Amino acid sequence: MAKLNSNHKAIIVDKVVKSYVNGKKKTIALDQISFEVAAGSLFGLIGPDGAGKTSLFRILTSLLLPDEGTVMVDGLNVQTEYKTLRQRIGYMPGKFSLYQDLTIQENIEFFASLFGTTFEENYDLIKDLYIQIAPFKDRRAGKLSGGMKQKLALCCALIHRPTILFLDEPTTGVDAVSRKEFWEMLQLLKAEGITIVVSTPYMDEATLCDQVALIQEGKILGIDTPEHIIEGFDKAIYAIKSPNMLQLLKLLEKDPAIEHVYPFGEFHHMVMKQKEVVITIPEDAVMHKIRPNIEDVFIDLMRSHA
Amino acid sequence: MYKVWMKFSFIWQEKQNVPNSMKQFYHFIVKEFYHIFRDRKTLFILLGMPMVQIIIFGFALTNEVKNTKITIINQSEGASAARLVQKIESSRYFELYSQSTDAAQIDRLFKKGAVKIALVIPNDFDPSIVNQNKGQLQIIADATDPNVATALTNYLSVIVQDFQKELNSNNTIPYKMDVEARMMYNPQLKGAYNFVPGVMAMVLLLVCTMMTALTVVREKELGNMEILLASPINPIKIILAKAVPYLLLSIINITTILLLSYFVLDVPINGNLFLLYAESILFIMVSLGLGLLISAGTDSQQSAMFISLVAMFLPTVMFSGFIFPIENMPLPLRIISNFIPAKWFFIIVKSVMIKGVGLKLIWKETLILTCMMLFFFGMAIKKFKIRLA
Repeated sequence: MAKLNSNHKAIIVDKVVKSYVNGKKKTIALDQISFEVAAGSLFGLIGPDGAGKTSLFRILTSLLLPDEGTVMVDGLNVQTEYKTLRQRIGYMPGKFSLYQDLTIQENIEFFASLFGTTFEENYDLIKDLYIQIAPFKDRRAGKLSGGMKQKLALCCALIHRPTILFLDEPTTGVDAVSRKEFWEMLQLLKAEGITIVVSTPYMDEATLCDQVALIQEGKILGIDTPEHIIEGFDKAIYAIKSPNMLQLLKLLEKDPAIEHVYPFGEFHHMVMKQKEVVITIPEDAVMHKIRPNIEDVFIDLMRSHA
Repeated sequence: MYKVWMKFSFIWQEKQNVPNSMKQFYHFIVKEFYHIFRDRKTLFILLGMPMVQIIIFGFALTNEVKNTKITIINQSEGASAARLVQKIESSRYFELYSQSTDAAQIDRLFKKGAVKIALVIPNDFDPSIVNQNKGQLQIIADATDPNVATALTNYLSVIVQDFQKELNSNNTIPYKMDVEARMMYNPQLKGAYNFVPGVMAMVLLLVCTMMTALTVVREKELGNMEILLASPINPIKIILAKAVPYLLLSIINITTILLLSYFVLDVPINGNLFLLYAESILFIMVSLGLGLLISAGTDSQQSAMFISLVAMFLPTVMFSGFIFPIENMPLPLRIISNFIPAKWFFIIVKSVMIKGVGLKLIWKETLILTCMMLFFFGMAIKKFKIRLA
């Protein structure tokens, strides 16, 4: 299959612009966005709420038309070839969108019939997920916990064996254990040859993707593999800790040599304006140089573009 | 209930080798039935509403004159006056509330709301009939509701005229004209003959228009539409599948209404029952089309409900001829009434059910409804968005 060839592009987005007119106010949701996603890869879209992630997903799934630019998904133009496209993609919206008054089993079977297939036909693809929710298969979807709802929604999005899977914030509002399980499931699906595009507001999930794009205010700030993104960061970064963290943060924020400082776990992370610089810190503070993680890079990117 | 459906769907799949797209449509309809059967309260209202309406209109909201309380101020002590009072008392239209000689009572009783009509028999009533062949009576009615007052006055006048004829039966009068009025199709002047078709139109419109509009908009509101649109299902199928369950529910409702009106209210079905059902299904389709059209243009259940009620339900009540006769309306309103589907359905049902006419005499109304149906469905499909926003 040509689609498994890593040179093949599953998604090509070229200079896409999307804006909404609300009364007299015009809001730009996506501003000249371009990127490509390799077939069979796991692509992450990281960004805060309101960055334009959902708009982008809706354009990719042919639910919205871009104002400008072209979008090709699985070799199909979302504007003109949406009918064929809609047979091949799986989409899980950010909001739980299954039928709350239907049981787990009924939801899966209904969505299978929508795509002209049956639950049995593609059972092997969703088996790992399905066995986790199978004990509750006669329970109505509205009565499920958040994690189970997500699993069910993923089952329904996969039941027709899509070539590309779009997951809009699948882990938002899901507990840490379920989040981990969810990402493990995505790795398994990737191994099946399905291209996955996933968005998340959690930056720590970025490292689980093959490629990540950081999106803010409708613009892509950076796009690369998580390793390259971290490697590309060439500023000095320190972790600092003291008994009075709040006072320390206020003090450091005033220091002109520091580009930005923010709380990070039990430390404050500070990014310096220059590599070699002398700053004064309180006597009781402990400071050491660190290797940046992906969140540091994103915070830096977002702060410098704000 | 849904277990039966599941079994049914299973058998269906096994026995028939239906093409995929038919299967898809069929599953969609089954899903709609799940929604309806699982929302027990709404289902109960949908099936109970026609019964309640028929009962309310049949027994409570009647404008027929029956056992109306009357007060008689009888100042005459003669035999004729006594006979007149007796005659009024024995009629089924009036019930004697009180009898006195004090005219001031009338105002008191009217204000109290105890009676709506009074008859005054003056003290010279008997002597003047005997001596001058002429007697004077006064009817006083509470005209706060002019329609009721007019109706009551007419009924009472008729009784008085009857009484006059009885008195005259002994005498011979040179000229005499007898008018014999016949009330065709409804000799007993029963209100049910008029409101049963009206209730049918109202119930069908409520169930079909409002419920279909709500069910489509609910999918938009809950986000289900987002997944449906991202799937290969044809939007036309989505809206047609939404209409089918309500078509079936409405046929049940028509049956309930007809059974109740035939057996409980004694309204005859003079025409062809098959034609009556066929015409009702046509009207159901018009209402469904309208509901789908409303749903295509709205995004929230609230506005769908508002539009169905204000834009459809009120005009139906006002302009269908069911409560207010269209013939008496000014020209602009009569023109508006032509755009109300219920007006045509009301005419059809009255013709078929009460007058017993065939399709030959109602083809025009049928054609108008057919055109309306095609228009609404066409517009609904055209306006249905294949994308969000």
